[in-house]
Amino acid sequence: MTTTTSAEAAESTVIPALQLRNVTKAFGSVIALRDISLHVDPGTVTCVLGDNGAGKSTLIKILSGVHKPSEGELLVNGEDRSFSSPRDALGAGIATVFQDLATIPLMAVWRNFFLGNEPRKAGFLDAATGRTVCREELLQMGIDIRDLEQPVGTLSGGERQAVAIARAVYFGAKVLILDEPTSALGVKQSGVVLKYIVQARDRGIAVVFITHNPHHAYMVGDRFYLLNRGGLTHEFVRGKVDREELVKAMAGGAELEALAHELESVNRA
Amino acid sequence: MSATATAHSDERIVTVSRLTRMLRRPELGALMGAVVVWVMFALVDQTGQFATLSGTANWTSVAATTGIVAVPVALLMIGGEFDLSSGVMVGTSGLLAGLLTTEYDVPMWPAILLVFLFAACIGLINGWLVMVTGLPSFIVTLAMFFSLRGINLGVTKALTDTVRVAGVDQVPGYDSAAKVFASTIGSSNFYISVVWWLLITVVATVVLTRTRFGNWIYAVGGDANAARNTGVPVRRTKITLFVCTSMASALVGVIGLMRLRSMQAGQGVGEEFTFIIAAVVGGCLLTGGYGSAIGASIGASIIGMAFIGIAFAGWNTDWTWLFLGVILFIAVLVNSYIAKRAQGARK
Repeated sequence: MTTTTSAEAAESTVIPALQLRNVTKAFGSVIALRDISLHVDPGTVTCVLGDNGAGKSTLIKILSGVHKPSEGELLVNGEDRSFSSPRDALGAGIATVFQDLATIPLMAVWRNFFLGNEPRKAGFLDAATGRTVCREELLQMGIDIRDLEQPVGTLSGGERQAVAIARAVYFGAKVLILDEPTSALGVKQSGVVLKYIVQARDRGIAVVFITHNPHHAYMVGDRFYLLNRGGLTHEFVRGKVDREELVKAMAGGAELEALAHELESVNRA
Repeated sequence: MSATATAHSDERIVTVSRLTRMLRRPELGALMGAVVVWVMFALVDQTGQFATLSGTANWTSVAATTGIVAVPVALLMIGGEFDLSSGVMVGTSGLLAGLLTTEYDVPMWPAILLVFLFAACIGLINGWLVMVTGLPSFIVTLAMFFSLRGINLGVTKALTDTVRVAGVDQVPGYDSAAKVFASTIGSSNFYISVVWWLLITVVATVVLTRTRFGNWIYAVGGDANAARNTGVPVRRTKITLFVCTSMASALVGVIGLMRLRSMQAGQGVGEEFTFIIAAVVGGCLLTGGYGSAIGASIGASIIGMAFIGIAFAGWNTDWTWLFLGVILFIAVLVNSYIAKRAQGARK
């Protein structure tokens, strides 16, 4: 219960790292997002839950600077901002780890880690520094890769996720947006990734965890937004919601019961 | 921290064996191949020359003219692109230098400078077209190949009424240029092109492994989209590689012109595949993102040994092509196995 009070207290004093105010996004005549207001506080995990087609992807793209909202405002640290590209958003400290992770499978771990921001000494690649920093950063995420020269493709999905997250954190991300980081992983690997999320949170980063798995969200989330058909249907705070409630809300409660009935009748026939 | 690390030990990959780590070097297969080929030709040698210094001077001369272009071709392949115009560019550059000097009275050195500028432009056009049209570089540079082939013949015939340019050694500045591009060193008569070749290999290796540009080459070839997402200038990287390849072809064209004192209009045609063979034998993946400059040079050495070794063995040199075909096939087979070993099973 203490988490609830601290989260509530934070609400009044802390400026959200990222905030959406009445954001609507339309593609032609299709309204993908309708009147979305949410905030993401530093040092917390904000979960955005939604089924396929709920508008999660559009939301990510607005948060990460790929799309501009049709209406409404995007605030970073309380300031109204407008991003023209993901690069722009990155400059403001908003890093997005997309599902494809933006890693090069055949390249060494540390080279991937620094890709695009390679450390240099006298014009040449500073491999020693690169390897040391990479090792330290990964260790801070609780991952120990002995051979940093091994290609990223040889790592497991969870480890690659860790490299991508550690990279975003190292390069100054204040807000870390994770697009379905556990969707392609097994149970154990998912657990590892959830741990990375907590570790990033403990370093004061505002984590946005986008998922369709309420169980994963429940384990790490401080605040939960439920997205359905382009609109926010529920908002929960940790401690004020239990797992069943979250699962039910996510699945659309009544819809699920109707489905259960339907399946029953099919089975009987 | 140590507690976390221990807790994670089961999450880690199985310890990498030393063998796997060695197999991860892209040029390893080529190096073993080169040793086998060398021993084989040393054994079947009829002249008693192959394993001597002068025999080495012979095959390194062939290897050098292949390797000078094969190395940048390898870099381009690591960057995920092909250049099929790299062979014909050798002829184009030699002809251009020859025509500028003999027909338009341009002194040798300014002519050479113009040739390199021209080659850079061709590379720029290749790269720019590939990036702007989004067409496969295979097609774009194939078009460039045939265009240049036509221009080589057409222009040479129009200006000289023959299909060759000759009399280059009468041009002022030829002697000093020949010293830089076509002289021989030592009593075994090593061509200076070998020095150029080694120089290019060293520079390319340093660039590839020790600079951020080298990192970008691997990245754009491995996954251009991911590279772009992390802020790598994909277009600039690839275009630079096309320019380097084209200029390397120009260097071989100038070397050839200085050495032969003349240039045939058909020179270089067909060489583009020799360069690609050298790069592939050297461990470059056709799909990009993997390979090395040293590997391409070892590949070029194998080709040099094949050309000279087969002649020294007293066999008909026509068999060289069969030999290269078989070598290419085996190399790709071995390399894809190695790449699979190195990559491990992806989850």
